[in-house]
Amino acid sequence: MIRLEKRPTPSKAWTYATPVLAVALTMLAGGLMFALLGKNPFLAIKTIFYDPILGEFAFYYRGQLLVKAGPLILIAIGLAMGFKAGIWNIGAEGQYIMGAICGAAVGLAFYPAEHWYIFPLMVIAGALGGLLWAMIPAILKVKFHTNEILVSLLLVYVAEQLLAAMALGALRNPDATGFPGSRNLQQYPAASNPELWAGTGIHYGVVAALIAVIFAYILLSRHLTGFHIQLAGQSPKAARFGGVNPTMLVVFCMGLSGALAGLAGLFEVTGPAGQIAINFNSGYGFTAIIVAFLGRLHPIGILLAGLLMALTYIGGEAAQATLQIPAAAIQAFQGMLLFFLLGVDVLSNYKIKRVKEGVA
Amino acid sequence: MTLKTLLAGTALAVGLAGAAFAEDKTKVGFIYVGPIGDGGWSYEHNEGRLAVEEHFGDKVETIYQESVPEGADAERAMTQMALGGADLIFTTSFGYMDPTINVAAKFPDVKFEHATGFKRADNVSTYSARFYEGRAVQGHIAGKMTKTNKVGYIGSFPIPEVIRGINSAYLHAKKVNPDVEFSVIWVYTWFDPAKEADAAKALIEQGADVVLQHTDSTAPQAAAQEAGNVITFGQASDMADYGPMPRVSSIIDNWSPYYIQQVQAVMDGTWTSVDTWDGISTGMVKIGEITDAVPADVKEEALAMVEAIGAGEYHPFTGPINKQDGSAWLAEGEVADDGTLAGMNFYVEGITGEIPQ
Repeated sequence: MIRLEKRPTPSKAWTYATPVLAVALTMLAGGLMFALLGKNPFLAIKTIFYDPILGEFAFYYRGQLLVKAGPLILIAIGLAMGFKAGIWNIGAEGQYIMGAICGAAVGLAFYPAEHWYIFPLMVIAGALGGLLWAMIPAILKVKFHTNEILVSLLLVYVAEQLLAAMALGALRNPDATGFPGSRNLQQYPAASNPELWAGTGIHYGVVAALIAVIFAYILLSRHLTGFHIQLAGQSPKAARFGGVNPTMLVVFCMGLSGALAGLAGLFEVTGPAGQIAINFNSGYGFTAIIVAFLGRLHPIGILLAGLLMALTYIGGEAAQATLQIPAAAIQAFQGMLLFFLLGVDVLSNYKIKRVKEGVA
Repeated sequence: MTLKTLLAGTALAVGLAGAAFAEDKTKVGFIYVGPIGDGGWSYEHNEGRLAVEEHFGDKVETIYQESVPEGADAERAMTQMALGGADLIFTTSFGYMDPTINVAAKFPDVKFEHATGFKRADNVSTYSARFYEGRAVQGHIAGKMTKTNKVGYIGSFPIPEVIRGINSAYLHAKKVNPDVEFSVIWVYTWFDPAKEADAAKALIEQGADVVLQHTDSTAPQAAAQEAGNVITFGQASDMADYGPMPRVSSIIDNWSPYYIQQVQAVMDGTWTSVDTWDGISTGMVKIGEITDAVPADVKEEALAMVEAIGAGEYHPFTGPINKQDGSAWLAEGEVADDGTLAGMNFYVEGITGEIPQ
């Protein structure tokens, strides 16, 4: 008989080993699934994990990895700060949308003027848009003790409606006879977020994500606020005795994650996406929650997890296009990754003990 | 070296290599907005792909990617196909318009065909079908058959293509039933069975006994079947499984002839950028079998209308027609021009409610 025994503190070694183990198990189970679908499992795994980085067209895919990972990392960093403190912002998708709307609106208001300060103003508006949207659940929580999980999540759907209204109304491109969607910001140099070095995929959003990783790392390891965040998450009571102001902490964590999600939206709408459209958002805000946990809420972990998640997207698309693996199978494959990660997590928190029958 | 020249250079190299190794196998890519099993829009585009494979046999290789979100992801999917050596890529949803133009600029040697859009380039054609011709037939049947005089309409996105369909159906329902009322629910998706079912149920609860849909799943059909005494029409695909009730007829998108023709043009080197807008006359729009749930005389009238439209004797938008605000649009006997139809952003007189904006 096998028994699980809780470890006094999570095992350090397993904390690092479990993500690797989870990826390996995913490859195994995913390979089996691909084989059952009649596809060559080795070729499929190679297409997903190897080709985007080192394959024939890697020069294009590597850049795309950063394009996809940038917003995921930027959002996940903000979310992780809150999650560490036990503050659950589930509505990053909505804050992402609001950042894009506010930022794009500022840019479009200047159209077609060309000034150096337009893009910086848009960046500020984007961050503010996300921040203010996140303030709704934050203030409701501190004033009326509402549940921030529900409020932030439901506000995603409100933001989606606003997005549709903007794409069809106020921000609609007046030159596109009757069709929804704003002007394409890629074609408006003062408001666009182009690739900084051609072919690398690096745009301001990717740079911002890297800066966020560094700042989060310093905040958590060197700064008092970071200490308060960790303390509040581990022991709310001790935190209160230790002089942590829970109200301020909620406002800070929600505001920070909202602002970062808003920035991600702004960089996306001015860069890869190009325009405010009815279905501009494609789930980065939700996927970032997975990235945050996959990265163990640690800034460096999130950086790696964001890149890995992006790899499964890019590689998954490549497998669809070249091997004709159905889209649903790719989604199942991504689901396996999360499933195994949470599953093997038990190893870092528990010891597996063999117990003789009858003794226990 | 900029990305553009880099990609273009690679595309050229791949093209040359492809020519050397695969001889003259033409590679054709398809980008779908929904899953190929949606039973509607993407399903029919995929049928077109299969028809291309069957027609050309070993001379073509087709590849596809399904459920591709509109926007940045679409751009990557297209680039992926172009890099992979595709000679011709069909991008089959309106939202792929800007991505198609962007990718086409980077791969001047690859031909692109964008469905339902209005932006073209030297290597980008556009194509669409005159679905509003089929909507006229549906409107006629709906107007004749409704007992509650309430017709529900599930709209996807308020774009000209969808608005045209609503107007066409309404005009022809009104013509045979002056008391008919339309209510439109916008679901902002092309394919979402849950949302589509909710919309259908809401319309039925409001008293609609005819539900028209401009979305791609069969969920509204299932909702109507459950409610009983509600009729529906197959959208994009025949959806014959739901006949003879609730599905009494359908509009079928038949892309096969067009896809075969365009692939042939690429093979022959005669492909040029064109704007194609075909309807019942060329078979791009087909009317699915009208079931026996429809009274014989109504069926006869509907078939006569199909005939007249196909022969070019009747245009569904023939005046006198006023706009919703009462201002004159088409005078007696005047026929709508394609430009106005292509950008249609207004309801005709009699439709209540507003187009979201």
